[in-house]
Amino acid sequence: MDERFGLSRRVSLPGPLGLDGGGMLSPVEIAYETYGTLAPDGGNAILICHALTGDQHVASPHPRTGKPGWWSRLVGEGKPIDPARDFVICSNVLGSCMGSLGPSTIDPVTGRPWGMAFPVITIRDMVRAQALLLDHLGVSVLRAVVGGSMGGMQALSWPATFPDRVRAAVVIASTARHTAQNIAFHEVGRQAVMADPKWRGGDYRDDPPAAGLSVARMAAHITYLSEAGLTEKFGRKLQARANGIEGAKSFGFDADFQVESYLRHQGLSFVDRFDANSYLYITRAMDYFDLAEEHGGLLANAFRATAARFCLVSFDTDWLYPTIESRHVVHALNAAGRAVSFVELHSPYGHDAFLLDAPEMNRVVDGFLKAVA
Amino acid sequence: MTLRPDLAIIADHVARGARVLDVGCGDGALMAALRDTRDVDARGLELDAANVARGVARGLPVVQGDADSDLAGYPDDSFDYAILSQTLQTCHAPDRVLDELLRIGRRAFVSFPNFAHWRVRLSLLWGGRMPVTPLLPEQWYDTPNIHHVTIDDFRAFLSRRDVAVEGAWFLSRGTRRTDAGANLLAEHAVFLLRR
Repeated sequence: MDERFGLSRRVSLPGPLGLDGGGMLSPVEIAYETYGTLAPDGGNAILICHALTGDQHVASPHPRTGKPGWWSRLVGEGKPIDPARDFVICSNVLGSCMGSLGPSTIDPVTGRPWGMAFPVITIRDMVRAQALLLDHLGVSVLRAVVGGSMGGMQALSWPATFPDRVRAAVVIASTARHTAQNIAFHEVGRQAVMADPKWRGGDYRDDPPAAGLSVARMAAHITYLSEAGLTEKFGRKLQARANGIEGAKSFGFDADFQVESYLRHQGLSFVDRFDANSYLYITRAMDYFDLAEEHGGLLANAFRATAARFCLVSFDTDWLYPTIESRHVVHALNAAGRAVSFVELHSPYGHDAFLLDAPEMNRVVDGFLKAVA
Repeated sequence: MTLRPDLAIIADHVARGARVLDVGCGDGALMAALRDTRDVDARGLELDAANVARGVARGLPVVQGDADSDLAGYPDDSFDYAILSQTLQTCHAPDRVLDELLRIGRRAFVSFPNFAHWRVRLSLLWGGRMPVTPLLPEQWYDTPNIHHVTIDDFRAFLSRRDVAVEGAWFLSRGTRRTDAGANLLAEHAVFLLRR
């Protein structure tokens, strides 16, 4: 049995990994999972890229929480991406905290976590780290790279960075650049983390800035939902409370409204699973992302060297990466003469729609991938 | 699968292996036929999301977009043919869309329902009502056809703009008919244009 393949894998690659910021990382630890069997000609490899706070457990139960894989609606037996046919790879991104190299990793030089000494990374650096992993796995060309949200940024960056290593890119609910509004929301989150006295310049060890990270997550979570979705789920409904009259305002600052309670829960549970410094680094990488800027200011230039086919999907209630951003990418792909499919799908759920039950998205991805020779 | 008659004419006259942009491609029926029978690299643009999803799900590169606003990004001469079938009369600015077609494609196929067909004329003349025919099935208030055009209108328009006509085909009840009296007798016209 080949130790490189399977669930919950982790490898330390010598690298070195040259970074956009000028630094160099070596070794590079990468946590990842693979599903299915790599074809003898290596032609059936599909890389799945996760979002900001995602992980490598794309289609297997999370080892700690037991929750189903985060994209098991799209990846799995009988799904558009099927390990019975495809060799599926999903790795934890560089800078994250689920086993890959990031600010919470012990720096071999100092024997302490990197913390804020970790270099600032970019989406393209994440992609370069994935390419190192593919080298290790013996995958020279990807049949497809597939991602939503920040995963979509990687899926766009892949053919731009390695034009000959990818035959198709599926980019869902994503964008080719962070707008001022995107950056602004991330900055609120980062300031919340850094304003928490427990952050201690990133050197918090076992006592993390839970309050700050929790607030960061609460603010971000709002951007993942639609106004209509929040209204439908919570409206102005009040919390039932043990020592009070049900549905009464407290005339205080408890979580009176159900939406407050929900957000607090989202914030608190996030702290248990995510590292505050990783949150700073990955949001920074997303803010720095501007694929046009990397290619002389013209987005079409990013796609001239590749022959990859593209499929973009947006959701009509996603105001984080609205349809106009996908359309912007589509126009650039048209200008570059690339084959592109694009559809805006309807969903009440805002940005999060790509992670939820979306049969039409599945049909589109399925049809698109089947046409990739 | 049988193609709509105007699409069948277009499919018969697209050169093998050509690059084609189908503007208003619907569910991709023509694109699929061109790909499968003539080895054509066909790209599509379609307004209706459900149609786009159907096209993409059959493996076609279809982009959701609007002929009136989403053609500007395509470079000059990037296709051998640009096709506009049954879409001209739904455009806000058909003249500008036609300019774009002939900029993007070296040649353009344009097909449209003829508003001067005798059945349309009779309906208006005797009935005094906006015509509802098999080719124009919608009522005046819900029709997507906002710029009705006749074959003679279209010919006049082309000659004013110095657009060369390389071919013209006329249909009545789904079958080909001659040029003679086409403006009165044809329900449907297909033009092959060149700059």
